[in-house]
Amino acid sequence: MLAAQSTPDKEFEQLIVAFCCNWCSYAGADLAGTARRSYPANIKIIRVPCSCRVNPTFILRAFLRGADGVIIAGCHPGDCHYTSGNYFARRRMTLLMSMLSFLGVDKARLRVEWVSAAEGNKFAEVMTSFAETIKALGENVKLRDLRCKK
Amino acid sequence: MQKIEQLIKEKARDLLAAGQVTSVIAWQKGEMFYDNAPGYFDNTEELDALVYNAFCAANLSKYLIANTKKDEKTAVFLKPCDTYSLNQLIKDRRVQREQVLVIGIPCAGMVDINKVKAQGLKGIIGITEDGDNLTVETAYGTKQVARAEVLLNKCLACKGSAYAVSDETIGEPMAVKHAPYDRFAVVKELESLSPQERFAFWQEELSKCIRCNACRDICPACSCEQCLFDNPESPLAGKANNNSAEEQLFHIIRAYHVAGRCTDCGECSRVCPQGIRLDLLNRKFIKDINEFYGDYQAGADADTNAPLLSFDVDDVEPGAATKGRE
Repeated sequence: MLAAQSTPDKEFEQLIVAFCCNWCSYAGADLAGTARRSYPANIKIIRVPCSCRVNPTFILRAFLRGADGVIIAGCHPGDCHYTSGNYFARRRMTLLMSMLSFLGVDKARLRVEWVSAAEGNKFAEVMTSFAETIKALGENVKLRDLRCKK
Repeated sequence: MQKIEQLIKEKARDLLAAGQVTSVIAWQKGEMFYDNAPGYFDNTEELDALVYNAFCAANLSKYLIANTKKDEKTAVFLKPCDTYSLNQLIKDRRVQREQVLVIGIPCAGMVDINKVKAQGLKGIIGITEDGDNLTVETAYGTKQVARAEVLLNKCLACKGSAYAVSDETIGEPMAVKHAPYDRFAVVKELESLSPQERFAFWQEELSKCIRCNACRDICPACSCEQCLFDNPESPLAGKANNNSAEEQLFHIIRAYHVAGRCTDCGECSRVCPQGIRLDLLNRKFIKDINEFYGDYQAGADADTNAPLLSFDVDDVEPGAATKGRE
């Protein structure tokens, strides 16, 4: 079960779930690896066939189960392997982000980035900066199911 | 409205007697005079129980989903606002248009019995409609109440007297009279609060939820054959024994599932036994969709693409346009 370790004597370690599109960002992560660019190990990548495969419920579920931040990385608009999946994902995520903010959850905990297969550097940079943002925001307490907390 | 009730009964009797339809969906008398329930009639003898008065708020369009699966023709009486929901169901391919005979009936706004009681009236025996006023008969004598003062909240955001879809109509169009009302006023007010205040507001509001699922069951846009929340494996299926985010997730997911298809019929907040302002979540989505992707009224027609089923190459980027204080 996903649960962030947050005992008071231990430093806060953020847990980040990254949904990466198989055709671009996931390959971008590979490129970051082969180019020896490092990014924080707190980021757990879940490979999806397209950014539009990410059901908003997946994101909420990740938060529920203890993720401190969720990032969706897809192809640049116009470059979708399935021609238009990321456009739909963009609308969905725009609305979800707005709703999370409306409910008082910091919208910075959710991020959408467009990273292509050639952008290994960008992948590492985006993940590093997102991990820093989440570290600064601290533990996700607002959207977590306390039953999942160890 | 008594006159319209008479017309509805006659129409239903004619349709059933002539065998034009196998069933009629309308309203029937409830246990109390103010809790009329949706009614299903398949023979003319039952029609005496049919009612139409100021307490027929229930939106009947959802009942057509089950009915159209039976391969028979059903007649349904719909108020102007209900026709939007039916149109949306037709658009979502949940109702077969040719299996439904839609009869539009005028509405002067439905009455909230709790608002009548809140006027300090006790021992209410019955209410008769009298133009813009209601004559409330109580154990302590009769009293006049202005209809505009006791309308259901959903009727304050009335969509007008035009039918989005209808085969026939009965009676003359009526107007719902009430003071000017901005349906997004509370949403805007919440957006102007700080995130902490917003979170506190929603925690307070949503922790009242008892997970009775009435909002889901009444919602005409919630039309999945199998609901996510009926899955016993899901951590969201039941009420959590703590004040965690479980209710919030239930309500965000529910509001999200109907985003772009919600016609703002207001049934969810009307039936909520805990009085949760669920319409605010739906209206937030409607407001966002209107602002980000252009004005859209779900159910206004049966052909335009829903906002979440279409896109524009230059849509706003997520987060860039989010309204509300950070």
